[in-house]
Amino acid sequence: MTGRDAVGEAFRAEWGRIVATLIRLTGDWDLAEECAQDAFAQALVRWPADGVPERPGAWLTTTARNRALDRMRRRAAEAARLRSIAPTVSEEAPAPAGWEEDPVPDDRLRLMFTCCHPALPMEARVALTLRTLAGLTTTEIARAFLVPEPAMAQRLVRAKRKIRNARIPYRVPPAHLLPERTSSVLGVLYLMFNEGYSASAGADLIRRSLCAEAIRLARVLVDLMPDEPEARGLLALMLLHDARRPARLDPGGDLVLLENQDRARWDHAEIEEGVRLVAASPGRGPYRIQAAIAACHDTAPTAADTDWPTIAALYGELARLVPSPVVELNRAVAVAMADGPAAGLVLVEGLAGRLDGYHLLPATRADLLRRLGRTDEAARAYREALELAPTDAERRFLAGRLSDIERAG
Amino acid sequence: MKFLMLVVAGGAEPGEADQPGYTIEEWLDETERRGVRLEGDRLLGVGDATTVRESGRLVTDGPFADTKEWIAGYDVLDCADMDEAIEIASKHPVARVGAIEVRPFWSG
Repeated sequence: MTGRDAVGEAFRAEWGRIVATLIRLTGDWDLAEECAQDAFAQALVRWPADGVPERPGAWLTTTARNRALDRMRRRAAEAARLRSIAPTVSEEAPAPAGWEEDPVPDDRLRLMFTCCHPALPMEARVALTLRTLAGLTTTEIARAFLVPEPAMAQRLVRAKRKIRNARIPYRVPPAHLLPERTSSVLGVLYLMFNEGYSASAGADLIRRSLCAEAIRLARVLVDLMPDEPEARGLLALMLLHDARRPARLDPGGDLVLLENQDRARWDHAEIEEGVRLVAASPGRGPYRIQAAIAACHDTAPTAADTDWPTIAALYGELARLVPSPVVELNRAVAVAMADGPAAGLVLVEGLAGRLDGYHLLPATRADLLRRLGRTDEAARAYREALELAPTDAERRFLAGRLSDIERAG
Repeated sequence: MKFLMLVVAGGAEPGEADQPGYTIEEWLDETERRGVRLEGDRLLGVGDATTVRESGRLVTDGPFADTKEWIAGYDVLDCADMDEAIEIASKHPVARVGAIEVRPFWSG
């Protein structure tokens, strides 16, 4: 491996950890990022020439830490000069307490909780997590979320300012706050993943890389919170969805329905890992249940082999835990597959008025009516869905189904 | 660190007030025991509010924002950090039927 490659690898592995530690030591988020950046810049010069250090992470942390100490001493000396008194902080002043620890404790968990604090707006939580923990640049984050770069820069500045001004603590929250705060961290990672997952094939690569970043951060979270079953559940859920990505879009960029996907193109290593995580996770939380559902789909050799009764039961469990008409709709689809379209239709009809404007309700109704041979009603429901469908790809799909039954009728 | 707690009333659906939680007396007891509340008061209704905007030399009757939610009172807190301020605010009885806005002081 060349020195340059080693720096790239160390960047992915160590950036978040170094920034997290420097924030703890300095209390200054900008200084922490700048000094981490400096350390990697130095590594780019030194490693190709001097060879890669035995412990790259320790080398980088020490370099960044020394840089921060240096800048803080200079700052203090300048402040002292401004106050027209003799500098009390000399170049040789000992480092403050906590600076010389070795090994350096892993501060990434407290960084995650602070980035995902509920007092910050959701978009800022995601952006801050990507910047400080994943090391994405402001330019990259702006491109990933399709917002102008100055707006993204402003969002990050405001978030850091609020953390400082409103004194949002830099810590892993105490036990009584932990469940709520953990679910915020998980929610941020899941949103990050879904942004990447919904990106079209032609989308900027950085947008699609959000999936990989979310999975990487979820792995860190699982490592740091080994007793949190929902962290495992979320990681499994993301892996089991990510596995289907290669087969999700056709060459024209249209969504391919799960039942029509070429399962040979799924990522079987990811599926295996996801299934293992589901099996090893004792919890029955929402992410774990959704992962179990995804595992049922991913492990079926063909669409016809799908274990629909289990999926229907899992959706039932999910609906009791997080009552939501969208979950009910998914349950209805699973029930229709397990017990026939008539049983599913009863559940779908029960949702009337609760999902106004959501195109998948009439689309699902249309599909069930079509399978029951009630073509006139199906056509009406397809037309209703067509009016509500948000994307061209979905409109093309619904229009195709509609013309099929009109031809048949 | 000082925080201003704006107690915002209105906007609740009927029945929401029935949730269990602190009474105002219990809230005052706890904040006094912990020494986190410097002062606070209820305000007279928005019918007695007057808004002054010197930019347009405008004095109007009523609150600055005409919404179905209004500021019914305030408290000044002295808390260790945002988490403690949120915890105190969440225990205030109006948090169950209205909202509490927590704002850090400019001068910390």
